[in-house]
Amino acid sequence: MVLNRIEELLEKYDNAETTLQEEQELRDYFLSNQVAPHLEHYKPMFQYFSISQKEEFTKDVPLKTTKRYFYQWISVAAVSILMLGIFLPRTLLGPSAEEERQAMETYEQTMEALSLVSAGMNKGKQELTSLAMVSDNLNDGMSKAGRLGEFSKATNKIFKNN
Amino acid sequence: MTQSDFVNIVMPFKDKVFRLAKRLLVSEQEAEDATQEILLKLWRHKENIENYKNVEAFSMTMTKNFCLDRLKSKQAQNLKIVHSNYQDHNVGLQKEVEVRDSLSWVEKIMETLPEQQKMIVQLRDIEQYDFEEIAKMLDMKETAIRVALSRARKTIREKLTNTHRYGIK
Repeated sequence: MVLNRIEELLEKYDNAETTLQEEQELRDYFLSNQVAPHLEHYKPMFQYFSISQKEEFTKDVPLKTTKRYFYQWISVAAVSILMLGIFLPRTLLGPSAEEERQAMETYEQTMEALSLVSAGMNKGKQELTSLAMVSDNLNDGMSKAGRLGEFSKATNKIFKNN
Repeated sequence: MTQSDFVNIVMPFKDKVFRLAKRLLVSEQEAEDATQEILLKLWRHKENIENYKNVEAFSMTMTKNFCLDRLKSKQAQNLKIVHSNYQDHNVGLQKEVEVRDSLSWVEKIMETLPEQQKMIVQLRDIEQYDFEEIAKMLDMKETAIRVALSRARKTIREKLTNTHRYGIK
């Protein structure tokens, strides 16, 4: 009786027409110790199925990765903001009050030095005008010396005639 | 969603993911890596998990796609997963050895099946999902699944009968 039922189920099983309950029935039968000899070759199949069902995944999965990445990026962001905070004001916001004061000081010192130089220059210029007067007199003297040359020509002519 | 909520959701089916991955990738190491990868993917998208109607079916589909991709890229690289669990096949020493032997034979026979049939046998005969769920996971029609399943079961039975009867490979 049981055997008939099992054989019937096996045929349905091969055609993939059994329900899950019927398959459980088959499994129970073949996992028991009273398998009919001519059906013995089905046994390893069902045994294998029930054994493989028990295999487990034992490896650990590191689930925190996403969180850790998040914190890493926060630190990166913090460092870059810090760097920006240090370098940006220098380039974008211009000099600070202290620097401005220093710059003005230097400017004033330079202007002072320059005006000293220019005062000296003016003095030198006045001396130069007197030098120009000297050269005027020199030219005067030169023209007079030219006249003196004329005179010496005339005296030479007189000497030849004698 | 906290980590423990996530673990509670994932716990019931993480072994199923691993077994399906192992069925397809054969190597235990590869299957472990794949499972890890899939769980991490789920974790990364944990905000969406509540929106999925069936996280388990969704994860199984993901596993299927992931493993098939893996296999494809392995083939493209011309690398085969080498797996050697069943050398030393000594026929009929003891009853015990025989049983263990024939179990590994079933595994070996399953390996020769096409990927699709492998997955269907895995999901139906080992994980005991009903056809509707399998159809959803594999994105197939139920009738097509029945046909493939029937074919796979017959192949397994035939090969097993041959080994059983003659003790040949």
